Amino acid sequence: MSADMTTASTPTIVLVGHGMVGQRFLEALADRGVTERARIVVLCEEPRPAYDRVQLTSYFSGKTPDDLSMVEAGFLEKHGIELYLGDPAESVDRAARTVTARSGQVFAYDTLVLATGSYPFVPPVPGKDARGCFVYRTIEDLLAIEEYAKTATTGAVVGGGLLGLEAAGALKGLGLETHVVEFAPRLMPVQVDEGGGAALLRTIERMGLSVHVGTGTQEVVTADGAVTGMKLSDGSELATDMVVFSAGVRPRDQLARDCGLDVGERGGIAVDERCRTSDPAVFAIGECALASDGRVYGLVAPGYEMAQTVAATIADEAGDGAGFTGADMSTKLKLLGVDVASFGDAHGATEGCLDVVYSDSRSGVYKKLVIDGEGRLLGGVLVGDAEQYGLLRPLTGSVPPVSAEQLVLPAGAGAPVALGPSALPDDAVICSCHNVTKHAIGECSSLAEVKKCTKAGTGCGSCVKVIEKLLPAATDKGLCRDFSYTRSELYEIARTLRITSFAALLDSHGRDEAKGGEGCEVCKPTVGSILASLNNGYILDGEQASLQDTNDHFLANMQRNGSYSVVPRIPGGEITPDGLIVIGEVARDFGLYTKITGGQRIDMFGARVEQLPAIWTRLVDAGFESGHAYGKSLRTVKSCVGQTWCRYGVQDSVKMAIQLELRYRGLRSPHKLKSAVSGCARECAEAQSKDFGIIATANGWNLYVGGNGGATPRHADLLAQDLSDAELVRLIDRFLMFYIRTADRLERTSTWLERLEGGLDHLKDVVVHDSLGLCDELEALMAAHVADYQDEWAQTLDDPDRLRRFVSFVNAPEAPDPSVRFMPERDQIKPDLTFLTLEGVTSR
Amino acid sequence: MTTLTSTTLTTTMLELSPSPDSWMTVCEESRLTPGRGVAALLPDGRQAAVFRDRAGRMYAIDNRDPFTGAQVLSRGLIGSVDGRPFVASPLLKQRFDLETGRCLDDDEVTVAVYPVRSI
Repeated sequence: MSADMTTASTPTIVLVGHGMVGQRFLEALADRGVTERARIVVLCEEPRPAYDRVQLTSYFSGKTPDDLSMVEAGFLEKHGIELYLGDPAESVDRAARTVTARSGQVFAYDTLVLATGSYPFVPPVPGKDARGCFVYRTIEDLLAIEEYAKTATTGAVVGGGLLGLEAAGALKGLGLETHVVEFAPRLMPVQVDEGGGAALLRTIERMGLSVHVGTGTQEVVTADGAVTGMKLSDGSELATDMVVFSAGVRPRDQLARDCGLDVGERGGIAVDERCRTSDPAVFAIGECALASDGRVYGLVAPGYEMAQTVAATIADEAGDGAGFTGADMSTKLKLLGVDVASFGDAHGATEGCLDVVYSDSRSGVYKKLVIDGEGRLLGGVLVGDAEQYGLLRPLTGSVPPVSAEQLVLPAGAGAPVALGPSALPDDAVICSCHNVTKHAIGECSSLAEVKKCTKAGTGCGSCVKVIEKLLPAATDKGLCRDFSYTRSELYEIARTLRITSFAALLDSHGRDEAKGGEGCEVCKPTVGSILASLNNGYILDGEQASLQDTNDHFLANMQRNGSYSVVPRIPGGEITPDGLIVIGEVARDFGLYTKITGGQRIDMFGARVEQLPAIWTRLVDAGFESGHAYGKSLRTVKSCVGQTWCRYGVQDSVKMAIQLELRYRGLRSPHKLKSAVSGCARECAEAQSKDFGIIATANGWNLYVGGNGGATPRHADLLAQDLSDAELVRLIDRFLMFYIRTADRLERTSTWLERLEGGLDHLKDVVVHDSLGLCDELEALMAAHVADYQDEWAQTLDDPDRLRRFVSFVNAPEAPDPSVRFMPERDQIKPDLTFLTLEGVTSR
Repeated sequence: MTTLTSTTLTTTMLELSPSPDSWMTVCEESRLTPGRGVAALLPDGRQAAVFRDRAGRMYAIDNRDPFTGAQVLSRGLIGSVDGRPFVASPLLKQRFDLETGRCLDDDEVTVAVYPVRSI
């Protein structure tokens, strides 16, 4: 395919660059129907289509390159857009109106749009090209950094701006001892003022990063062509295995320079208000463009605006006069977990302006609002707590409805702030990435609809909280069709009214139409779990037996063919050779499939329901007890081998893991609970991916909470540091009971913590500082659990009545279920599903 | 608090009709926990899932979960919606009306229903 395909009736638009702005431009063309009447060719240097560069760092928290893609599946095909990956434009012949790509293909254009973006600026210091020097711009850069970091222990980032701190966070996340070297006297010099920079510095140093401000890089020291350190302008030398340059970006304007387009003195393709270059057939948008106000915009929102402008111009909508004359430089970011926002006149450059400042260096919070003589809000800086950004930014230029002091004071201090999204005018821009007003959002009824119809909330995401508050409240937060209360409300009702049965709760607090009914498969196990958390008796006696999911009912996990798996508890993953032999013998004697689980224990599959008591008799006799793999309860506390054996260990992690697993075993909770204890900062037990994770320090234990693996991984947050054994246990007691009390059904600690109003700070207030005066009660509840715990399997085996349910057929107690069949695979068994499927053909 | 007594003076038996005009004994009615089910093996090798609700009413449907082929419906949780009883499969949670056998989550799917009586 090449240039000769073009005809007079189908004009060709060539887009050079497929980054975020390029993709936005394509969407804007499609929205206007231009893709139907023009051939669109896109030349992209990178090997993958446009992705979310703003969220690049989230690659290190588990996002895959596919997650970051900005291109909806089928978009290019649907609109007939030709995308050439890994084939950048090499030259432009403006006279002939052709672009030549690296592959040698030549494309004729009627309109050319340059969206080449920017390149990282690498200061010209000796050694900058050594092995171990990187920039931080593309997914490929990230992959290279990740690979190199495997053999490194220390990393340094040159540049303490926005991207530099992102890069530093990534290195820290890769387990490196991390340094940040910034030439300016403070971090993020462009966005925040001195006070904000100082708050940021303290918080970041507290996370264990070393920050060197007011310091330049003079040389990258190398040995055998690889980085070994850096020489700094203050004469000091820093040992490091790798260097990431993140000292700003420069517009990529070489292609424009080479073909004679006007460029700015300090770079950038000069454009007018319609983003047209000195050649009327050529446009430039995004970070490569020097806008008509003389600035190069390095943020995505102005780039999107330029993309819209050019698309409108091409679609002949120029008449509306909405050109690009400059943009709002407001930003809100989460850097290394710290909120940083700046908006409007953040540095107070307006003549006669005044500051209102709140600064709390203990908690690393700094807030400054810039106000003019008439009380109008001009701008501000928020560090450490940027919750109000979504409201304050749209208020810029107007007199806020409450005083500036109230706006900067933290919630709970002084008068309550009565400022909600309802205070915003209709034309307030809520989403600045996509320029969406409050009015436009008001037309929608759900967040999903807002995102689909207006794109609001799909850029940086900082406005999502405000959007949620603007939407009509979800009308029914009830647990299910039987209860209009949430799980945590039902927990409080059952606790305070001392309700001990499902029937009583349904008939007194169920929806009117559900009273006297059966309940359902959602509320029965939920209430069963609440009653078990509160009352702690044997979960299968009396009415409770009818509430449990089948797994709890048979104290085993049902597998796809109706057979069960059996998991004995192996606390901390520590097991004697004799214990291993017993498990092996049981599995062999009952013909079970065995597999080691991720939680450091052994799962035995393929037991028929009537075999469970015999299997457990053997296990209980050998000292094993239920592992609660079937319950919404504590699963395992993993551990590394710890100080006892490991040369790096600083505490006995195995002993602590066993202590914790035995303490919390059997505890019924809104969802399963996982934990781990690592004996040193190397974190071999992966504690930060657990609901509560413990990492040993030289002085005690650090407690992390709210971590998760699975489909939506989340790193746990540090709740408290350097705890003694007793302090650690007390804090976990409080944390778990507070979670059990307030979480929704099937809500893991990670989502619960994300949802908890006030987040980690609130959690700390409640469980560390006892701000609600709840801690005594939470500890007492846990003490009752620990005192009353009994092994469910031992209890079951002791009671012939309880054993009666373990039959395949009530009318033939000895008969095995003939439909549960197995076939061999890799010297073990597997379910014979062909048998189940064949049998099934008859019943449709 | 009331407790269920496991011995009663007169024993009520639960019977099921696996095919027209024939009845078989399943078990004593007291074996069924209200809100739960048991499985019964029928003379021809089929399996029935027999349930008892809070009000003491009995139901029987085929034990086979048509979505997975596994004989497990007797181990599901029962509930009610608009006054009609259902069981939710313990595997993938599809619900089946206990009176008609109709799947509430897929119009195309139905399981067999067996008449039951107490003697």
